[in-house]
Amino acid sequence: MLSIRNLSKTFSSAGEPVHVLRGVDLDLGAGERVALTGESGSGKSTLLHLIAGLDAADGGSIRLGDAEVTTLSDAGRASLRRDRIGLVFQQFNLIPSLSVADNLAFQARIAGRHDAAWTKELVERLGLGSLLKRYPEQISGGQQQRVAIGRALATKPALLLADEPTGNLDEATAEEVLALARDLVARTGCGFLMVTHSLHLAATLDRHLTLHAGRIS
Amino acid sequence: MTRALWVLAVLLSHWRRHKMQFATLLIGLIAATALWSGVQAINQQARNAYDRAAATFGGARTAMLVAPNAATFPQELFIKLRRAGWPVSPVLEGRVQINGRSVRLLGIEPVTLPVDVGNAPRLGAADLSSFVSPPGQTLVARETLRGLQEAEGAAPAISSGARLPPLRIQPQLAPDVLVVDIGVAQRLLSKPDQVSRLLIGKPRGKPAPLASVVGEQLELIEPNAETELERLTDSFHLNLTAFGLLSFFVGLFIVNSAVGLAFEQRLPMLRTLRACGASARLVNTVLVIELVALALVAGLIGLACGYFIAAALLPDVAASLRGLYGAQIPGQLSLRPEWWLAGIGISVAGALVAAATSLIKAIRMPVLATAQPGAWQQRQRRWLILQSCAACGAFAVALLLFYYGQSLIAGFGVLAALMFGAALILPALLDIILLVGQRLARGPLALWFWADSRQQLSGLSLALMALLLALAVNVGVSSMVETFSRTFIGWLNGRLAADVYISASDNAQGVAIRNWLKDRSDVQAILSGGRAEAQVQGQPVELLGLPDHALYRERWPLLDTAPRAWTRLVPGNAAFISEQLSRRLNVQIGDVVEVPAPGGSWELDIVGIYADYGNPRGQLTVNVAALIRQFPQTPQTRIGLIVARENIPGLIAALQKQFGLDDRSVADQATVKAESIRIFNRTFAVTSALNAFTLGVAGIALLTSLLTLANSRLPQLAPLWAIGLTRPRLASIELTKTLSVALFTALLAVPLGLLVAWCLIAIVNVKAFGWRLPFHVFPLQLVELVVVALLASLVAALLPILRLARMQPAALVKVFANER
Repeated sequence: MLSIRNLSKTFSSAGEPVHVLRGVDLDLGAGERVALTGESGSGKSTLLHLIAGLDAADGGSIRLGDAEVTTLSDAGRASLRRDRIGLVFQQFNLIPSLSVADNLAFQARIAGRHDAAWTKELVERLGLGSLLKRYPEQISGGQQQRVAIGRALATKPALLLADEPTGNLDEATAEEVLALARDLVARTGCGFLMVTHSLHLAATLDRHLTLHAGRIS
Repeated sequence: MTRALWVLAVLLSHWRRHKMQFATLLIGLIAATALWSGVQAINQQARNAYDRAAATFGGARTAMLVAPNAATFPQELFIKLRRAGWPVSPVLEGRVQINGRSVRLLGIEPVTLPVDVGNAPRLGAADLSSFVSPPGQTLVARETLRGLQEAEGAAPAISSGARLPPLRIQPQLAPDVLVVDIGVAQRLLSKPDQVSRLLIGKPRGKPAPLASVVGEQLELIEPNAETELERLTDSFHLNLTAFGLLSFFVGLFIVNSAVGLAFEQRLPMLRTLRACGASARLVNTVLVIELVALALVAGLIGLACGYFIAAALLPDVAASLRGLYGAQIPGQLSLRPEWWLAGIGISVAGALVAAATSLIKAIRMPVLATAQPGAWQQRQRRWLILQSCAACGAFAVALLLFYYGQSLIAGFGVLAALMFGAALILPALLDIILLVGQRLARGPLALWFWADSRQQLSGLSLALMALLLALAVNVGVSSMVETFSRTFIGWLNGRLAADVYISASDNAQGVAIRNWLKDRSDVQAILSGGRAEAQVQGQPVELLGLPDHALYRERWPLLDTAPRAWTRLVPGNAAFISEQLSRRLNVQIGDVVEVPAPGGSWELDIVGIYADYGNPRGQLTVNVAALIRQFPQTPQTRIGLIVARENIPGLIAALQKQFGLDDRSVADQATVKAESIRIFNRTFAVTSALNAFTLGVAGIALLTSLLTLANSRLPQLAPLWAIGLTRPRLASIELTKTLSVALFTALLAVPLGLLVAWCLIAIVNVKAFGWRLPFHVFPLQLVELVVVALLASLVAALLPILRLARMQPAALVKVFANER
């Protein structure tokens, strides 16, 4: 489903080029759950951003289903994110002015794929029933991340990308949130690529990859 | 479409959570639209009135024939011209008094009246018959009828005792004009078989040459695109427009500040939208739609407010225009659809201009860009350098306009460029002041105080710019008005030399009054004057005749004179010239001015230049006896008297009893002076009101900036609270910071305001009115304005400061809870 070949990305820092990704190869099948670890600055988040079309690669290819992400226009990449990718961030990135219910349904609505029954199921599975009318600032970090996961999965995406989704949570909450994510990924059958610093959490997924010196080992 | 609606709903949801910011944006747009539209409404109302006056049977927009040297000419010339194929129509004009009010009386001949003469009343066949057949009709505008306190159908008497034909409302007519059949007018004005002018319609064939029909008895006056009234009042309306524009820009400062802050706050939301799959084009389009929708709503509210502002100011404006230029403006607003459309248009355009920077940022925003709080100093330095360069450019434009600009528009251009440059350079100046403070600071808290003030500068700079502009305009206009007021009163004391002023109804009454006065022991001197009209180098000029009397030599406000000027005036070949006319004609002492008089060219040596404030026309002052010799038709109806103060009331009462004079025909010096000062004060009442509005809007700009900044200040303040500063202490530091930058701004506004005052006095006034005032500084007034600025800042800062002082610890702790 996701096939990455020879992907490279270079940034400039203080006038010096920094080669963050130096020919990354990665394959991820439907329903597969993969953890990606690595040192800080190793390029984990950059890889996720390139897959999601949030940034442009310098070379290589990213194929998601029948779409070649690296050749898509801005609108094409937006459409890809809207319809086929779910994104979860460390900082939750909920819309502070929308209620939990509206945040949950938000991406599905703009994708035109709002499914009330599925949203209801998400609410139940994520345990958000009593929080629907609240605003992000009125709920805890763990609850906010559950809303973010729900928002990302509300479109039933082909691929869920999570960038350190538990980075702001305590250990118990992190495990609880990840368990929910795993459960929902299994329920939808989508691919799941999670960037994490926690080797313990990484071990709970199907496969564990490490990014080092710009390459996956 | 649904997608766009969802994005719009998300964008709008921001305002639901930030109601104060939303109110700020609307207030800015409403204030900008209201003040601009209000001023435009007043200008439009006045221009409509000028158009109506110009189109009234031979205003400046109609070609006509007049006698070169007389007010009227024989009616037989009209008959001759009609027979020679000229499509002319006669008009007789004069003034009559009804119920103590003086109005213009126009006599027309409706059958020959050209169809294309302005907005001439359309008299149908039935109306035409009623108009010309006895008793006839008097056409009158609705507002004139109200002013005369008469009802339609009434036949009021004029001062001579004769009665007008029954009044009939004709809405298209100019105010203060009565229209009757020419035969009726000739009888009422006691000018049988006389005509003032002949209006010319479109000729069917080629008529005989004018000179071959009437010789040199009549001359052709071509129509003008701009009437004399429009020319005279241009500067007044330009002044109002400049104020409207300033208020508009101050309003846009608020909008810019609110939109900019909303954009910064919505950055994460915009990125999330993009991350969720909304394309950049969709997000940007919806941002523009949202802004236009808000501008439409605010524009409509602003227009309604603008209407009320215009309605409130109109009576003062109308009084000013009547007092200064004799222009009759109806006191009730009637607005055209274009005004409403233009108001909405200006609101939308203003919103887009004010939000341009934010919109461009949004369009260029890379989806992954992150905030760079650490780099604020570098960004601020770059921004300050860019703004300072732009400021230098604006100052250069001001200099160029000052040296090379000749027109009034160029004068206002100097002011605009100067103020724009000053506003742009303000943040850099404040940054330097704060940097000096930072360098001199001892102790960590003082260091933080100055450093944090510098960091806050970018958020507050727009509001401070608005405050600077409003204060500078206040200082400038107040200094100018105060200078004008003092100069005007001093000038009035010199100009109003006589103790009692009499205006006789005609020459016969004038002679009778003079004879009667000669026998009175309480009259120390009789000063007979006169006025005539002439054209000098194509400009209308008033000739003022003064008697040779010591009183004038002592008091007349001469700015510059030749030796023995008063003595040289007596023979009749010398004149004083008013300051504005000397500038217009470029005439100095020692030059000669030729005045076309009925007996031929009258050459006058210029031996003095005098101040003639408030008179839009140019004036030449000559000896009254010489004036009557050159212009025998000069009415000798103006008489000044020198009387001991205690004898004035008795003399006036006796004059009124003896000659039936009303209060307008005889008045003492104090009454005339009071009336002049009243007109003066009303003229500047509008300026003062707009001044206050602008300062108010600047205060709102500061308040809204402080309120919107208050929330983003928490991450800066929470660490200080955490290390042991109490909330009231933090609040007092914040208040001191706001008041400090406001004080620095107010102190910088003082020299700028004085520069504005100098520009108004030395450039704008000279170009607009032709007179230059001495430049004075009023220190007390400046101190007052600085105190007002500080009070406005205190009021603006109070609400956010109180909020901070009362803030629950939980709110401050949250800063750390969210810290990443």
